Amino acid sequence: MDKSISDIWVYLATSPLLWLTATLLAYQGAYWVFQRCGGHPLTNPVLLAVLILAGILTVTGVSYQRYFEGAQFVHFLLGPATVALAVPLYAQFRKVREMALPVTVALVAGSLTAIASAMAVAYWLDGSPATILSLAPKSVTTPIAMGIAERVGGLASLTAVLVVLTGILGAMIATPLFRLMGIRNHAVQGMAMGLASHGLGTARAFQISEQAGAFSALAMGLNGLLTAVLIPLLMPVVHRLIG
Amino acid sequence: MLAAISILLVFQLIGEVIALAFSLPVPGPVIGMALLFAALVLRRQIPGQLQHTAHSLLQHLSLLFVPAGTGVMLHTQRLTNEWLPIVASLLISTVLGLAVTAVVMSALAHFTRKH
Repeated sequence: MDKSISDIWVYLATSPLLWLTATLLAYQGAYWVFQRCGGHPLTNPVLLAVLILAGILTVTGVSYQRYFEGAQFVHFLLGPATVALAVPLYAQFRKVREMALPVTVALVAGSLTAIASAMAVAYWLDGSPATILSLAPKSVTTPIAMGIAERVGGLASLTAVLVVLTGILGAMIATPLFRLMGIRNHAVQGMAMGLASHGLGTARAFQISEQAGAFSALAMGLNGLLTAVLIPLLMPVVHRLIG
Repeated sequence: MLAAISILLVFQLIGEVIALAFSLPVPGPVIGMALLFAALVLRRQIPGQLQHTAHSLLQHLSLLFVPAGTGVMLHTQRLTNEWLPIVASLLISTVLGLAVTAVVMSALAHFTRKH
């Protein structure tokens, strides 16, 4: 070998290949653990994968920016995947149309609840203004949430993390919560999961059934639109409270 | 596969162009989803390839959130200092969001079925 291990490391650590591969391997490893534990909510594969990757990056001293140069290829697929949600949505079109009124009213009630309660709790527990504003759009999908946070004075990159944490949390608690509440209808379950926890809730809803997934995709899309309209409208009140 | 991916990208691109042209607060992919949905309604069926590709892409939907989630390492300071408001807010608000949506929709679905 004419190159030392550290030379090879220096090369690999700066190339997109290593961190793209690491992202896929970390997720597959995490998914293996999740299945091994019988799908226990605490072993959520996204949570595990994020912890593994953040751990590796911190230990090796590689910056997030460098990591993202590789991981962006995975991140990019969020766009086409969002467009692809139209397919299950169309497959359930008849059912969705029958439920148009319940969907619309639940959407408005759930959306306002998610936004207002996130900010109210953080305000009540003395969160800083930047944290409170970054929490407001946490229930909607990453690109919408980041755009909203930026516009109202939150931190877009913090919002991205809060969005993913919300999604993980929603995917973890939805099923036990529905069992506790006696909610069995898959359309209702999917709707609530997509509204409260966007794409990660939707990914979880597809594991329940195609119908739950379709309603979740619908809720995620509609709540993205509604939240983008509601939060700027709520800002005058919020700014009077947090200054 | 190739044709289906092209369809998804074209709709995303149209969505992005519309979002930029009208400076909408909604991101391009969500507009792209709405447009593809409308196209499927007009066409009255899902092309087999698109069905297949959408299915495989959505099967691994949660993987796609890993890169953004790893950004948690940029915010360890703030998350340590403000862990209580952040954790409480995420937890309470997620439970409330799920519960309120489910209760309202259940109640109305029940009502609609009766009438």
